[in-house]
Amino acid sequence: MSSFSVTEPTQRTKWVSGTLVIIYALVTMLPLAWIMLTGFKSPADAISYPPKVIFDPTLEGYVNLFTTRTRQTDEFLAANPPETWYEEIVREYDMVIAGPSKFGERFLNSVIIGFGSTFLSIVLGTLAAYAFSRFKIPLADDLLFFILSTRMMPPIAVAIPIFLMYRQLGLSDTHLGMILLYTAVNISLAVWLLKGFIDEIPREYEEAALIDGYTRFQAFYKVVLPQAATGIASTAIFCLIFAWNEYAFAVLLTSGTAQTAPPFIPTIIGVGGLDWPAVAAGATIFLLPVMIFTILLRKHLLRGITFGAVRK
Amino acid sequence: MTDTPATRAASATPPRVARKIRGLSDRAIAWIFVGPTIFLLLAINIFPLIWTIRLSFTNFKANRNRPLEWVGTRNYERILTDSDIWLNMQATAHFLFWTIFFQVLIGFTLAYLINKKFKGNDLWTTIIVLPMMLSPAVVGNFWKFLYQPQIGLFNYIVGFFTGKDPSSFEMLGSVELAPWSIVIVDTWMWTPFVMLICLAGLRSIPDYIYEAAEVDRASKLRQFFTITIPMVLPFLMLAVLFRGIENFKMFDLVVQLTGGGPGSTTELTSINLKREAFEKWRTGYASAYAIILFVTVFGLASIYVKALNKVKER
Amino acid sequence: MKTLKLASVSALSIAAASLANTAQAEDLTLCWAAWDPANALVELSKEFEAQSGHTMSFEFIPWPNFADRMLNELNSGGKLCDLLIGDSQWIGGGAENGHYVKLNDFFDAEGISMSDFADATVYAYSTWPKGTENYYALPAMGDANGWFYRKDWFEREDIRAAFLEATGRELGEPKTQKEMLEIAQFFQGREIDGQTVYGASIFTERGSEGITMGVTSALYPWGFKYENTPGSYDMDGAVNSPEAVEALEFYKEFYETATPPGYTNSYMGESLDAFKSGQVAMAMNWFAFFPGLYADPNTGGDKIDFFVNPPQNVAGSTLGGQGISVVAYSDKQDAALEYIKWFADPEVQAKWWDLGGYSAHNAVLNDPGFKDSAPFAGDFLEAMGSVQDFWQEPAYAELLLAMQKRLHDYIVADQGTAQEALDKLVEDWTEVFEDEGKL
Repeated sequence: MSSFSVTEPTQRTKWVSGTLVIIYALVTMLPLAWIMLTGFKSPADAISYPPKVIFDPTLEGYVNLFTTRTRQTDEFLAANPPETWYEEIVREYDMVIAGPSKFGERFLNSVIIGFGSTFLSIVLGTLAAYAFSRFKIPLADDLLFFILSTRMMPPIAVAIPIFLMYRQLGLSDTHLGMILLYTAVNISLAVWLLKGFIDEIPREYEEAALIDGYTRFQAFYKVVLPQAATGIASTAIFCLIFAWNEYAFAVLLTSGTAQTAPPFIPTIIGVGGLDWPAVAAGATIFLLPVMIFTILLRKHLLRGITFGAVRK
Repeated sequence: MTDTPATRAASATPPRVARKIRGLSDRAIAWIFVGPTIFLLLAINIFPLIWTIRLSFTNFKANRNRPLEWVGTRNYERILTDSDIWLNMQATAHFLFWTIFFQVLIGFTLAYLINKKFKGNDLWTTIIVLPMMLSPAVVGNFWKFLYQPQIGLFNYIVGFFTGKDPSSFEMLGSVELAPWSIVIVDTWMWTPFVMLICLAGLRSIPDYIYEAAEVDRASKLRQFFTITIPMVLPFLMLAVLFRGIENFKMFDLVVQLTGGGPGSTTELTSINLKREAFEKWRTGYASAYAIILFVTVFGLASIYVKALNKVKER
Repeated sequence: MKTLKLASVSALSIAAASLANTAQAEDLTLCWAAWDPANALVELSKEFEAQSGHTMSFEFIPWPNFADRMLNELNSGGKLCDLLIGDSQWIGGGAENGHYVKLNDFFDAEGISMSDFADATVYAYSTWPKGTENYYALPAMGDANGWFYRKDWFEREDIRAAFLEATGRELGEPKTQKEMLEIAQFFQGREIDGQTVYGASIFTERGSEGITMGVTSALYPWGFKYENTPGSYDMDGAVNSPEAVEALEFYKEFYETATPPGYTNSYMGESLDAFKSGQVAMAMNWFAFFPGLYADPNTGGDKIDFFVNPPQNVAGSTLGGQGISVVAYSDKQDAALEYIKWFADPEVQAKWWDLGGYSAHNAVLNDPGFKDSAPFAGDFLEAMGSVQDFWQEPAYAELLLAMQKRLHDYIVADQGTAQEALDKLVEDWTEVFEDEGKL
């Protein structure tokens, strides 16, 4: 590459733009860093003024996040000395741990519903995308547009009839109900993205396979699928992130059994006051997987976002 | 995936039968592949939509077991003549306009800077992108903490740079500031999206166009306005379209931040709709409201897409 | 229905079936709000578990989401809760829409008498239509909105002197609403031990019921009535009466001149936070929190004292509290009823009060030692003598949300006048009752 290319920015330009971008990145990270930091503060440190950057780290927030606690009489406390480090933390407030909180369950629900709906979206989406890509389907464009337009509905508007329907079918507050719903929402994006990826695979490959005596199905799963693997993977991540983050449907259609973490985290409130460290701890545990995912898989993800959007 | 009943049947069955399966016309395969998706969308999107339209002409309340009464277009008339709902629409418009304005401005600038290909730009891009990957409800909930007048980090930092007392202004509590507080968080979250789309646009401009301009001795500024901007515009407009649709639907982030308050200053249409549908349980009325919103988004988006296509043709 | 069918088969099988039912150990889920008393109930219920062999699970939802979540659950016919300690205003909907099991037959069969419970609580928590002998809940937790203050500050000589100079009065528990405002304004912005403190924290929350519960604590003492004649739904002139306007203006003045900055959307949790962090001299909150406040190591003990919502024209407190109901969608109703039977026992009720729950049982309340059993016990009895509740209609949510909006728009967002806010409220409520076919 010629170093005198007119389109290659000068060193100074690079330096200036690099600095500006890095400043923006640091500012944008500040709230996230603050969340994580607050998770390790004591409630008093969390609400101190001026905000504390240096403090005595404690796992109190995390202990409060995972447990429920009750106040006890002095006699009871004296008779039952704390046995574990987390008991000790709670004792500072004259309380004892009564049992685990619901956070673990809610987190697990997020995992089940997230992965379940992602799996389903990908299976259905890949099949549909293949068909749209390779076969002449009557009114294909209209169908595709229709599939996409379903995303324009505000979730609350969709939730009204879904609520009534699920109540009739007994799907309210069930994993299956949420998986089906998230799949329906995700599938439009999945079909759209996957069609793009499959369009890029030359038809000649399959045609050669068909000539070799493969059936259509065989050609599909032996030739097309491996080629589309990267595309499928990045689509899957999008579906997973959507289901992981979704709030509106979850808050309206689930209450206990199938409730996911996003509607739960804002409701982590300590006994008699807001327990910000516990909320921060919950947020950290919930957000961290997505952040790690994003950093590890950045190439596919970033391409997916632009690709998906620009193609539309 | 690799082992579907059909493929197993195809490989295991005698040739005659296999030929029969193989002989499934492409058309049949196409429908088998597309069928489940269409079915799911019909069941979970279209059927409910039709049901909503039906309900919108009734006085149905989902929390009561009383007979359903047809009320004609009364729900629609009520909504369209309700001055409170027009205030919600105004709040939504304010939110939409300013979020898009700031996101385009900052997003494009960032994309332009990143496109200067400085060392490590992809890592920093990833870091900038992080906020948009996170759960809006959880983020909204936490920004509420940052916005606390006395103890919040946001107020402290603003106070630090402006010399104002951090407890003297309330981002979420004051009528003047609350609409801006939600704009700030949405901008923080979604600027990266606009940035990425712009970046794709910038990268799609072939180098030879600039080289040709250079030969013509066009100034850098001129190149920017005659090449960069027009070439990126279709991408930028797409980004605006997506942000527009998404923010018209906005619910989770704002409901966690302000819950629509103070008073009704940040009560966006989705929040208002949620109150009508799932707190007051005026299902019929809320259905009409939902249809009105849907038609609005759909209509605005269609007009916009037409404009976009014109820009692309040019 | 079920028993009828069985009866036609044979009497013997009934006996067998009911025996099998009671013998079976069930896992019961009890739903309530997440707050201090709920933890006490967990403690109390261990006894039930030991006695009955059933196990108890609990689903406690924070107050801001409680109504929303639970009503959604009931409306979707959910089976999450077998027992529900639902807010007093839900009783109309719970009864009319068949969410709650009617308890009359059960009470008769088990010899549980509603006359053993305080009248105000039975009326508010158990009956629908109001005041009739149709019971859908057992009074579980009596509650009202009250006040607490920094006794240590009120006793300090320098502060007392400053107050006397400023107002010409001795500093003490306020006897009227206006005195209370005066005290709060006196503390607003004052330096105490190097920290700026504020008057009082009051309810201003928009999302659920907060600001309505706060404002009604001013409205009732001013003599507020929902209707001109009870049961007529004739509200014009009552809801927007001159007294109501004055009370509303009073609350706004209170909010603007005597509360800490940033408390624009505050309810129980924020009120407690403000008090415990030493920011305010006084605070309003439900009696339910008083045991926890009294036990607080920093601001409890001899630093705190309590008083009933002061009267103005009349005495009046906003009712809180809940009854316990059996959810009609539960598959374990028999076991749930067993729990209620156990809970109604006077000994259990006494222990309930000891643990920090507010029993509504006369055996507890009328006990000679009750008044001195806690520093707020006497106040509690006094408050429960003059409580008033919000609408308990099946359409209560619509009525409440309309009020939330009008109040918050006026008080916090500073739009319009008190008269306009209440006039609009009458319009909103009239529309709701027209839809209901009651007007």
